[in-house]
Amino acid sequence: MRTKRLAVPYLIWMVIFTIIPLGIVLYFAFTDSVSHAFTLENIIRISNYMPVFINSIWLALISSLLCIVIGYPVAYYIAGRSPAMQRFLYMLIMLPMCISFLLRTMAWVSLLDDTGIINGFIRTLGLKPLPLIRNNGAVILGMVYNYLPYMIMPLYTVLIKMDRRLIEAAQDLGCDSVQVFQRVIFPLSIPGILSGFTMVFVPAVSTFYISQKLGSSGTTLIGDVIESQFKAAYNPNLGAALSLVLMILVFICIGITNKFSDNDEEVVTI
Amino acid sequence: MKTFNRVFTILVLIFLYVPMLVLVVASFNNGTDPAVFKSFTLKNYRSLFSDSVLLPLLINSVIIAVLSAIISTVLGTMAALGIHSMGPKLRSATMAVTNIPLTNPEIVTGVSLALLFAFIGTTLKINNILGFFTLLIAHVTFNLPYVILSVMPKLYQMDPDLREAALDLGCTPIQAFFKVVIHEIMPGIISGAMMAFTMSLDDFVISYFVYGATFVTLPVEIYNYTKKPLQPKIYALFTLMFIIILLMMVAMNILQARDLRLSKERKMALNADRRKAV
Amino acid sequence: MKKIFCILLCSAMILTSAPLPAEADNGYINVYNWGQYISDGTDDYIDINAAFTKATGIKVNYMTFDSNESLYTKLKTGGSTYDVLFPSDYMIAKLIEENMLAELDFSNIPNYRYIDEAYKNQAFDPENLYSVPYTWGTVGVIYNDKYVDEEDIGSWDLLWNEKYSGKILMFDNPRDAFAIAESLLGFDINTEYPADLRASAQKLLEQKPLVQAYVMDQIYDKMEREEAWIAPYYAGDFMMMVEENEHLQYYFPKEGFNLFIDAMVVPRNAQNKAGAEAYINFLCDPAISGENMDYLGYSTPETEAKQYMDEETANSPIAYPSQEVLANGGSFLNLDVSANQEMDALWLQVKTMGSLDSYGHVNGFEIWAMALLFVGLAVYLTAHRIRRRRRIAQRCAKWKT
Repeated sequence: MRTKRLAVPYLIWMVIFTIIPLGIVLYFAFTDSVSHAFTLENIIRISNYMPVFINSIWLALISSLLCIVIGYPVAYYIAGRSPAMQRFLYMLIMLPMCISFLLRTMAWVSLLDDTGIINGFIRTLGLKPLPLIRNNGAVILGMVYNYLPYMIMPLYTVLIKMDRRLIEAAQDLGCDSVQVFQRVIFPLSIPGILSGFTMVFVPAVSTFYISQKLGSSGTTLIGDVIESQFKAAYNPNLGAALSLVLMILVFICIGITNKFSDNDEEVVTI
Repeated sequence: MKTFNRVFTILVLIFLYVPMLVLVVASFNNGTDPAVFKSFTLKNYRSLFSDSVLLPLLINSVIIAVLSAIISTVLGTMAALGIHSMGPKLRSATMAVTNIPLTNPEIVTGVSLALLFAFIGTTLKINNILGFFTLLIAHVTFNLPYVILSVMPKLYQMDPDLREAALDLGCTPIQAFFKVVIHEIMPGIISGAMMAFTMSLDDFVISYFVYGATFVTLPVEIYNYTKKPLQPKIYALFTLMFIIILLMMVAMNILQARDLRLSKERKMALNADRRKAV
Repeated sequence: MKKIFCILLCSAMILTSAPLPAEADNGYINVYNWGQYISDGTDDYIDINAAFTKATGIKVNYMTFDSNESLYTKLKTGGSTYDVLFPSDYMIAKLIEENMLAELDFSNIPNYRYIDEAYKNQAFDPENLYSVPYTWGTVGVIYNDKYVDEEDIGSWDLLWNEKYSGKILMFDNPRDAFAIAESLLGFDINTEYPADLRASAQKLLEQKPLVQAYVMDQIYDKMEREEAWIAPYYAGDFMMMVEENEHLQYYFPKEGFNLFIDAMVVPRNAQNKAGAEAYINFLCDPAISGENMDYLGYSTPETEAKQYMDEETANSPIAYPSQEVLANGGSFLNLDVSANQEMDALWLQVKTMGSLDSYGHVNGFEIWAMALLFVGLAVYLTAHRIRRRRRIAQRCAKWKT
C-alpha cells in the first residue's frame, strides 16, 4: 500500500521547520554567548538548575495525573450520551479554549487573590480568607484548568469509537460493571490516555505564564528560567542548552511511560 | 455511577466556565479591576467599537487560525495515515520528530524559527520576510503534532478489514479511502482541526518572535500590555468573541444534527422501498 | 459534515479577502512601541496614529513590544525592518554601541526645538545624534497612607520594613529591582562589579520573606484594591492609580532613584527614514505631546506641551518634580553582557531560593514521589501484560485442544 507516501509532505515540512531549527538550538547550546566559540560551559552550568527542573517536572506530572483523573469520568460521561448531547457537551468543553489563555489566567488571578472574588465571598461569610494564590496548588490549578480539554478530547475520541459489542460481550460473560471497566474499557482507552498525557504534560512542563501569574517566587519553573535567558539576560545560549536538556528529559519520561504499556497494542507516542 | 459522572461533569464544566463568567462580568464593569464590580456600564463596548487597533488584530488572528487549522489538518491527517502504515522503526522516529515542537518550550521554537526565517530572508534578499506567511508557517508547525496526536488513536481503533470489505464490495481504492477510512477517523480529524484552530487563535509566544512589522495577531498585542492593567474593552472584545464562537458552534451543531436526521430518513425511505420491492 | 467544511472554507475565503495591512510604496512606516504607550482613541482621547495619517498621508503599521530586551531580541534576530522604535535610555546606548541606529536628520524634525534642554544630550546619547525624547519619569515608592505610618517613609528601606511584611510588592525585572537595592546600599545603579551585584542580591534576598509578590502590571490592581500597601513603580503609573484610590501616595526616596527617558530612534535599516522623522516630528508637536501625555500619565519633555494638558497633572510635583529632587535621580546606562548575565543569574537565585550559593534545594519528597509513581506504574503495567499473555496462552492452549 502506498499510504506511507502520504507522510512525505509532512516529513519535508518537519525537516525544514523543526529539524533545522533544532539544529540552530543545538548550535546555540554549544557556543558561548559573547565569543560564539564552541563551549561545554552551558551544559555544565545546567546542573545548577536541577531543582528547578525537578520542580517543573513534578508539577507537570501532578497536573497531568489530575487531568487524567478528572478528564476520564467526563469523557466517559460524554461518550455515553446521545449523539446530539455528545456534540453539545464536547462543544462546551472546547469553547473555553477559544478564549485567550492570557485572559483566562488573569481571571483566575482575580478569583484567587487575597482580596479577590472568592476570598471576598469568604469574608462576607465571616470566615478567615484562604491562601489560594502564590503557591504550588495555584500553579497546578492553572495547569489543570488550561490543559484539561487536551486530556478530555483524545479520551473522548477513543471512548466513542470503542466497540460497544465488546462491552456487551463482557457483560454477557458475567462481568459486573467494575470488571467491564477494568478489563475492557480501561485497557482499550490506553492509547487515548497516552495521547492526552503527552498533550498535557509536555506543554505544562515548559509553561511560564501560569507560574508567573499564579505562583510565587518559590514556584519558578524551568520555562521561566528559559524565558529570562532569552529576554533579560542576553544569554540565548544557556536558554538553548536548558531547553535541550528539558527536551531530553521529557522524551525519557514519555519513553518510559510507553515502554511499560502494551507493546502489542500499538502505542501512539514515540 | 452514572449520577456520579453526571454531577462530576457538571462540576468540571462549572470549573471551566467560572473564569469565563468573570471575564463577561468584567466587560460590563465600570472600572478596570475585574475583582471589584463598581457599576454596570456599556461604555467598554462603545470604546471597543470606536477602537481602530483591536478589531483588525482580531481579524488577523482569525485568518491565521482558520488557514493554519485547515493546512495543518490536511497535512496532519495525511501524515497520520502515512505513519500508521509505516514499519515500527520508521514510525517511532517520525513520532519522535512529531514530539519536538510539543516538547520545545515555545520561546525556543519561536526564536529558532525566527532565526531560520531571518536566514532565509538574507539568502533570498527579502528585507521584511517576517509577516503573514512566517506566522502561518509557524502556526502550522506547532499545530501539526496536535492534529496527528488526535488522529492516530482513531487509526489504531479502525478495523483494517473495513477497507478490504469496501474494496470487495466494488469500491475503487480511492472511494474506499474517502468513504470508509476518512469516515471512520472523522471524529479525530475534527477534534484535531478544532484543537489546531484554538491553539493558533491563542498562541502568543511563538507568534511573538515570528511576527513582522506588517502583520500581528491579537494575543501578541495583549501579551505586550505588561506595564499597565488591561483596558476593560479587551474584556468586551472577548465577551463578544465568546458569544460569536458559541453561536457558530451551536449553528454547526444544528446543521450537523439536521444532516444526520436527513440521512437517516433517506436510509429509512430506501429500506421501505426495498421492502416494497420485495 | 460537508457543510461544515463549506462554512469553514467560505469563512476563510471571506476573511482572507479582507484587506491586509497595506504594503504601499513608501507611503507607510513601521512603528514599534511599548504596549499601550500611545493615545489610541480610548476614552475620547486623540487617536494619534490616525491623526498622523490624516495630516501626512503616511500610513502607520503600529506594532508593540513588552520590554526593552524583547525589542532587542527582535531586532537582533532580524527578518523585519522598523522605522521608528521607542526604547529606553540604556537600550538606546546598547543599540548605539552595536551600531544599529541611524543618525537623525534634525532639519526634518523642526519640533525638536520644543524639547527642554534638560532632556537633550543625555548620557545614553551624549551628542544627541540618534534620539528624540518621548517621555520621561521617575521610579519611586507608592504607598497607602491608610496603613503606612508617615514616620516610616522617605527611604527605600520602607520596602524592607518588617512591619509591613506580606504587603510589599517588588519589581519583577532584575534591572529595576537591583537598582533599588544598589541605591539603598550606596552603590551606583550602573555598577558592574560582581561584588556589588552580589551584595545587592543579598539585600534583595533579605527582603524576599517580606515580599507579597514580584509583579509588574498587577501592581495596579493590588494597590488600588489594597491587597498590597507598598510598591516601587513609575510615577506616571502612580498618577493613574491615585485616580482610583485616593489613599495612595508617592515619594522620591532620599538615597536616589532611577530617572528614565524613553526616546524615539530610527534603526539603521529603516526603509522610510523621512517618514519616520515626520512621525517623530509629529509626536513632538506640543499639542500632540500634551494630549498624549495626558492619556499616558507619564511626563512630557516639553514645557511647551503643558499648556495643552490637564492643569492638575501639569502642576503635579510628582510628575514634574523640582530640579533639587531631580538632581537626586540617575539614569540607567548599558551594562556589559557579563554583568547582565551575572545580574540575571543572581536574580533567579533570589527568586527561587533562600541563599546565593545554589538554585534552590532539591525537594526529596518530590523525587521519592516521582520514583514511586514510576515504579507503581511499571509494576501495574507489567503485571497487566503478564496476565494478558497468560490469558492469551491459555486461550491458545484451549483452542489447540
